[in-house]
Amino acid sequence: MAERNIVEAIRDGLAFEMERDPRVLVLGLDVGRLGGVFRATEGLLERFGPDRVVDMPLAEGAIVGSSVGLALSGLVPVAEIQFLGFTHQAFQQIGPQLARYRARSYGRFGCQVTIRAPSGGGVRTPEFHPDSIEAQFVQTPGIKVACPATPADARGLLLSAIRDPDPVLFVEPQRLYRQGREEVPEGDVVVPFGRLRVARPGTDVTLVAWSAAVELCLRAAERLAGEGISAEVLDLRTLVPLDVEGLTAAVARTGRAVVVQEAPLSAGFGAEVAATLQEECFFSLDAPVARVAAWDVPYPAASLEGWYLPTVRRVVGAARRTVSV
Amino acid sequence: MRRLLQPDGSLVEGGCSRLGPEQLVEALRWMLLSRLVDARATALQRQGRFGTHSPVKGQEASVVGSAMALDPAVDWIAPSYRELPALVRHGYPLERILGRSMGRSPAATRIPDGVNVLPNQVALATQLQHAVGLAWGLRLQGRPGVVMAYFGEGAASEGDSHEAMNLAGVRRAPVVFLLMNNQWAISTSREVQSAGQFFRRAEGYGFAGVQVDGNDLLAVFEAATDAVARARAGEGPTLIECVTYRLSFHNTTDNPRRYLPPGWLERAECEDPIPRLEAHLAWLGLWDQGARAALEAEVAEEVEAAVQAALAMPPSRPEDLFDQVYALPPERVRRQRQELLQHVQEP
Repeated sequence: MAERNIVEAIRDGLAFEMERDPRVLVLGLDVGRLGGVFRATEGLLERFGPDRVVDMPLAEGAIVGSSVGLALSGLVPVAEIQFLGFTHQAFQQIGPQLARYRARSYGRFGCQVTIRAPSGGGVRTPEFHPDSIEAQFVQTPGIKVACPATPADARGLLLSAIRDPDPVLFVEPQRLYRQGREEVPEGDVVVPFGRLRVARPGTDVTLVAWSAAVELCLRAAERLAGEGISAEVLDLRTLVPLDVEGLTAAVARTGRAVVVQEAPLSAGFGAEVAATLQEECFFSLDAPVARVAAWDVPYPAASLEGWYLPTVRRVVGAARRTVSV
Repeated sequence: MRRLLQPDGSLVEGGCSRLGPEQLVEALRWMLLSRLVDARATALQRQGRFGTHSPVKGQEASVVGSAMALDPAVDWIAPSYRELPALVRHGYPLERILGRSMGRSPAATRIPDGVNVLPNQVALATQLQHAVGLAWGLRLQGRPGVVMAYFGEGAASEGDSHEAMNLAGVRRAPVVFLLMNNQWAISTSREVQSAGQFFRRAEGYGFAGVQVDGNDLLAVFEAATDAVARARAGEGPTLIECVTYRLSFHNTTDNPRRYLPPGWLERAECEDPIPRLEAHLAWLGLWDQGARAALEAEVAEEVEAAVQAALAMPPSRPEDLFDQVYALPPERVRRQRQELLQHVQEP
């Protein structure tokens, strides 16, 4: 075991898989000589050579579209899209192509492709860099969506993603990339898809989140503890597959839930969580499921993002209201 | 524009055909089969027994001439949706292609294992990106295949077309971009798509571009074999623009009388590639009415057998919705499958 932050854990996971499986190759913008804008692929070019660590022309559609083809040829591409917001320019290749290729060919062709993309706000990035649009890909069946929030999960879920015969969108929390280290296993340790993690146990209210919002919820839970409210924090880890059983069992224990997302409120994945909870455990709920989200406006300039993103205060407020019902 | 075959069936001065008598008849056979499938599929569609059909009519020389440059054992086809005879020649059985449009079981109609054909693509030009990745991947693995990617002059306006050709040049991918310039993207004419010549784009991407008479089987075959040879030798991609004419509708929902200029179709029909190839066979002394009748009868029998085989295939089942969406389906999707099956069984 070694202490790693999220970027280091991802880099280590990529190297581990490339060592283990000669079919794995990494492609994207600036992933070679530079090692990626966040250095997630640093050292891989020197270690695995230019056929397996490929700097691509500046075209997100080509990065994803050629990954489909590389997978058809029998390779296992791990594509990096520099920021999740840039998948707007590859959407036609992700939702309608990568995700549907197996269905369209009725199983004749599968695409074992992972798309890694940093996402989320709070680090004063330029326009489109912080967009949390992961829910868009939940609406394109055929692709799985993983959203790790810790270094150990980043590595373990990445190993699962690369090995999954289905395509995976792997959303990385850029705000947490270098925020804190933890013990990360070094060997062949995978974190399976579809099993949520209890990030902090509690008994009064359940805070449900994924990606960087998990860290926000942990801070909120700490504040709530000071007020005598015991908040449990759930990290969904993967949106597809969703751990429906784990989610409903956990929320049924407290009877109260607050779903927290960095994406705009309407039709975000939080809505899916809230709907699932009322379908699956309505009679165990003691209060309406609350949502804390970004507003239904475009992601703003850096000077405004503090007002845009969910805050600890808003999460705490929602939890207090939920507990007081 | 490269042309070898004159409308009267003779070769242009100094022209030389790379196809022997047997290959010429084989090509004509595929072209006649394609034309007949168009007629049969359109009739079945009008009877409500066939889905939307996009005829190849008019473009048979471009499709067949390019496909004949490929070795189905190692090469790949990344189709759009108007390349039926190429797919059949490459090993995708006709009855499966027809069965798919007739709503038969997706398991029974899918591309067979070992057949190097990608699924039809109606999200225009997206397949070019896949073709480039596939070609690049084959080269990385030291495998011998070349990928032939089909698209139209309309799809050439899509961003994916630019991205794919650009990447192919950078990676020297063994891919042939077969641009079928049939003059019409539904009702949008060629002039509306681009102010430039399509084949000249290749220069900007750093590889060869050629323009051929797409109604001339010999010229298409020559350009395609040269392109495939270059790709196989590691010399990178080629863009081939086949100048041809769509002699039918865009698909069975379309009515070209609403937009074709008066006389356009009549003029285009003079360029029909099938009579031209037959004239060439006659010019070579290889063709007469008897030979044509025999070939037509043979092709008609094959098409009818394929239609009957397609009709005999099992129908689609409700679980087909779910069974090949994921290799490892999420629990929630498994439950939805159960729910549908229960719903279907309820009285």
